[in-house]
Amino acid sequence: MYKFIQFICATILAGTPFLYGTVGEILTEKSGNLNLGVEGMMFMGGIAGLAGAFYYEKFTAVPIGGIAALIAVVCAFCCAALGALIYCFLTITLRANQNVTGLALTIFGTGFGNFFGEVLSSRAGGYVAVSAATKAVFNGNVPVLSSIPTVGKLLFSYNFAVYLAVIVAIAIALFLNRTRKGLSLRAVGENPATADAAGINVTLYKYLATCIGGGICGIGGMYIVMVTCSGVWVNNCISGYGWIAVALVIFVTWSPWRALIGSFIFGGLSVLRYYLHLGLNNAQSQLYDVVPYAATVIVLIITGIRQSREHAIPASCGENYFREER
Amino acid sequence: MADELNAIKLVDITKSFGNVVANNRISLDVRKGEILALLGENGSGKTTLMNILSGIYFPDGGRIYVSGREVTIRSPKEAFELGIGMIHQHFKLIDVLTAAENIVLGLPGSVGINRKALFAEIKELASRYGFEIDTGKKIYDMSVSEKQTVEIIKVLYRGADILILDEPTAVLTPQETEKLFNVLRNMKADGKAIIIITHKLNEVLAVSDRVSILRKGESVGTVDTAKTTQQELTDLMVGRRVSLEIDRPQPDENAVECLKIVDLTCKSPEGHRVLDSVSFSLYSGEILGIAGIAGSGQRELCESIAGLYPVHGGAILCRVQSQDGDYRENIVGMKPTEIIKRGVAMAFVPEDRLGMGLVASMDMTDNMMLKSYRSGKGIFTDRKTPRAMAENLIKRLDIVTPGVSTPVRLLSGGNVQKVLVGREIASSPSVLVVAYPVRGLDINSSYTIYDLLNEQKKKGVAVLFIGEDLDVLMELCDRVMVLCGGRVTGIVDPKSTTKEQIGLLMAGAGSGKAASS
Amino acid sequence: MGANSEKTKRVLSHAEPLVRLAKRSDMPASKAWAIRVASIVAALAIGAVLIVALGHNPFSVYADMVKGSFFTKTSRVETIKIAIPLLGAALAITPAFKMKFWNIGAEGQILAGAIAATYVALFWIDKMPRPVLILVMFIAGAAAGGIWGVIPALFKAKWGINETLFTLMFNYIVLGFVRYLQNGPWRAPASSFPQIAMIGFQSRLPKVFGVHIGWIIILAITVAMFFYLKYAKQGYEISVVGESVKTAQYAGMNVGWIIIRTMFISGAIAGIAGFLIVSGEDFTLSESTAGGVGFTAITVAWLSRLNPFVMVFISMFLATLSKGSNTIQTNFKIPASAAEVLTGIILFCMLGCEFFINYKLIFRHRKGDEAGV
Repeated sequence: MYKFIQFICATILAGTPFLYGTVGEILTEKSGNLNLGVEGMMFMGGIAGLAGAFYYEKFTAVPIGGIAALIAVVCAFCCAALGALIYCFLTITLRANQNVTGLALTIFGTGFGNFFGEVLSSRAGGYVAVSAATKAVFNGNVPVLSSIPTVGKLLFSYNFAVYLAVIVAIAIALFLNRTRKGLSLRAVGENPATADAAGINVTLYKYLATCIGGGICGIGGMYIVMVTCSGVWVNNCISGYGWIAVALVIFVTWSPWRALIGSFIFGGLSVLRYYLHLGLNNAQSQLYDVVPYAATVIVLIITGIRQSREHAIPASCGENYFREER
Repeated sequence: MADELNAIKLVDITKSFGNVVANNRISLDVRKGEILALLGENGSGKTTLMNILSGIYFPDGGRIYVSGREVTIRSPKEAFELGIGMIHQHFKLIDVLTAAENIVLGLPGSVGINRKALFAEIKELASRYGFEIDTGKKIYDMSVSEKQTVEIIKVLYRGADILILDEPTAVLTPQETEKLFNVLRNMKADGKAIIIITHKLNEVLAVSDRVSILRKGESVGTVDTAKTTQQELTDLMVGRRVSLEIDRPQPDENAVECLKIVDLTCKSPEGHRVLDSVSFSLYSGEILGIAGIAGSGQRELCESIAGLYPVHGGAILCRVQSQDGDYRENIVGMKPTEIIKRGVAMAFVPEDRLGMGLVASMDMTDNMMLKSYRSGKGIFTDRKTPRAMAENLIKRLDIVTPGVSTPVRLLSGGNVQKVLVGREIASSPSVLVVAYPVRGLDINSSYTIYDLLNEQKKKGVAVLFIGEDLDVLMELCDRVMVLCGGRVTGIVDPKSTTKEQIGLLMAGAGSGKAASS
Repeated sequence: MGANSEKTKRVLSHAEPLVRLAKRSDMPASKAWAIRVASIVAALAIGAVLIVALGHNPFSVYADMVKGSFFTKTSRVETIKIAIPLLGAALAITPAFKMKFWNIGAEGQILAGAIAATYVALFWIDKMPRPVLILVMFIAGAAAGGIWGVIPALFKAKWGINETLFTLMFNYIVLGFVRYLQNGPWRAPASSFPQIAMIGFQSRLPKVFGVHIGWIIILAITVAMFFYLKYAKQGYEISVVGESVKTAQYAGMNVGWIIIRTMFISGAIAGIAGFLIVSGEDFTLSESTAGGVGFTAITVAWLSRLNPFVMVFISMFLATLSKGSNTIQTNFKIPASAAEVLTGIILFCMLGCEFFINYKLIFRHRKGDEAGV
């Protein structure tokens, strides 16, 4: 039982970056932008979050962990949103091909992350890491409540970024389905010409949704650096996460509610082998690491075969809008 | 002051797309409590002008006055603020949303949406003008006329008092059209200014107070409806005297059955029956017209005959000529290549010219070889023959193009259609299926297409003509078959049938076993 | 209407937008290419700003990159060696992209080819003479890459499964398999580090003018690809499917089969690139065998507008960037990932510049004027 609770906790922790990426990309795709640059934006968010916390600590006499964490979140969000802004400018204003622009953003973001990661490391003397206080915040839990047996462990033993992810997911679900602005955003993604004719500022909605969505993905990148890698920059640390998030969007059929489930299923898959005593040797465990990717392929196939009208990709996704198109 | 009565006044509006001048110094005005018909051929700039008024396009020059004040309309939102609402020909509705959601889309208001209050408000508005609407229904479950209702209410809900309707009757049965006109008259009595874009003369005469006529992007005059005639309007519209008659040569005396369809049934991907036990025969040397409101199974019928749509049941029997005499081949389940291999000479001009019949970004040469590129030995294509064919077509059909290597998407609609029909006819078919061949074409191009079809008919080709304009169907075709909801509701002789009778069949009256001629 | 209305206050009046757009289709090809070259220059200028921000002189950094890539025979050979698999992978992607099949799995297809070639080299080396062995490696690499490319195509053709993610996930799967081989079955027993043994001399490619003959193979494929796409019936089919699946079906083309066939060709060429890396360059198989070439190749293919001959130059250009970034890492302590950042910027600029080729800007009150770049 104890083992099981531990597995659930590990699942939640491992699933959170997927949740950020998936929810961010859902918001993006709802505006009709198929941004394949999630991976790149995660890299940008990851390095910016780390750099923000690192420099705050460096220039403050008595750094406070909580503030460092907050700075990390804000920096990650802004930097990734900046990446998304490049994407927006190219696809929305300059009407470049969305697929290729997304790929370019991934190439750029990956380089950006590794480049500044290395620059930061060399400036810091070969190794960049945040202070123990900041690390503690990212390994924290909900005080008092987390000491309740079982339930406390299951529900309250996570760091703030986990709760933030869940709140963001719920907020976006409510926004999309319950509000006027959410309705407008869905309309933009389904049929921009109609939304435009209805007096909605298509360009503004696309820019905002894509940049905010990108920023959310960036927080996911920061999470990987701060929590998964314990506040140390590791080259190529995000490799693959962003792409799985893109696939998860399809799996959860563009619903932030289902993203909560989907992300944690994938979190569970990626940690499962530490809790099942399969007796894998080193080589076999390399094969096991392929499981999330293989599962993604299976997910793609299943969702691809059973298609429905209600749970489909926003109709204009991948196409750029030009009002005076004839 | 006359300006106070004018809901809208346009002065010298100019707009060009690339090298094409769509509107050249156009001026017109609409009064409050008036229905103005905007008449013009396809491509005369009517829709462009109205898109300028509704903020979709921005004019290159000219002035717009609303209730006497000069305004600039930079977006649809600003058009709404001025009380201008447009009902587009291709409905601007979002399929996955409900009627109510479409109606409130983009309007300011509380953060959340109070559905109950909204539903009640919409119902009240609808009943005021005599509409019926199911507020919670999703658009993709709606019929065309239901969608149109949503569009009109959407505009009214926004408080529009200047309504622009772009070809509103193109997709309606004559009865639905009459209902719509009654609603329009109600609105007119309510003091609203209405502009109705159309190219159907009888509707102009039936509903409008005045008519403004556009020709080739220029305005050629405005006349009072009460003081004009169909012939005068046509002459103004085309710019010279034209005969309104479409030629109908006598059908072949010794006709043979080229195509026999027996109990053809097709299902949509969602499992609905889009064609339900359709049976008919098509003879050599005749033009069989297919009438019906949009989405009654016309596309599925053409595509299943061409081997492009899966057939659920029934048979499609084609006559094949061979040395050992003629025989019939059931082509159900065959791919297009297989149909050709079996010796069935069929040509198909699809509705979607640039998205299906032609490759938009390729030049004429490459489009000529679309169906014949496999011929010839070796792995490389032969481009000499299709090039010669393209040059020949340009000469024979007067296709206006900079050259054979210009991408076809840069040609005008009429010329695109000439390329497509020309290629299909060049394959010397015995069965020719044409879907909406004159949609979007100007009168000259339309008559060229009618002439080409009649020429084929005289050669003994069996022509299946899917049309939307009942007047054209009734003048061009030897027989007219009516489809409604995927069923045949009648096959009639247009010479002895009225438009209203066909309209009733389009709406579903009559049975599948209606008298055939 | 008279002077009266002219005086009426413009309550709802607004100014014309500052700048508007219109489509155009009349730009000559030479001007379009000039814009594209200008955009690369602009990208290098943006890169220069970055270099200045790091406290270096951009001219000496760029000069060092060029020097490091071309000034000695060794460096020239190195640069060409980087360019060969890059060009190979770009050529592999080309038919797929032409078909609008977004194959971003070249990385995995390269690895699949490399695995097959390595298998032959490791286990069949004694069974046949050198030319035959190399030929068998070549065929095995092509076949394995082809098969790895066909699997996503099958699912795309049959159920319309999104190929972008499918091909991408296949990269990670085959990479995991290479790690498995490296740690387990194929691990060199003598080594303390998990790695696969070097392949024997028998299985290594001979050299022509100091570089392994892979360059001849790849240039031959370049020419073949150009003619295949432009003049072959299959190339025509690829173009039509890429433009419109509906038109292809209308023309009686078997779209599913065309997708599968094209992806086999695409994967096979990537597999050949994998074989060239193993047999001509690395002489072993490792998780870094493909090393991102499959992704960079997407850049090459797109920058070349899918023209195989232009690809030769673009892949040399990016190889220079990549080789040069190693030089500047040593000389200026600028991390080598600068090459990726620069590639990303170039790609952004190239993507953005298409806008100026396809649209013209109309500024307020200067109607008809066109905006340059």
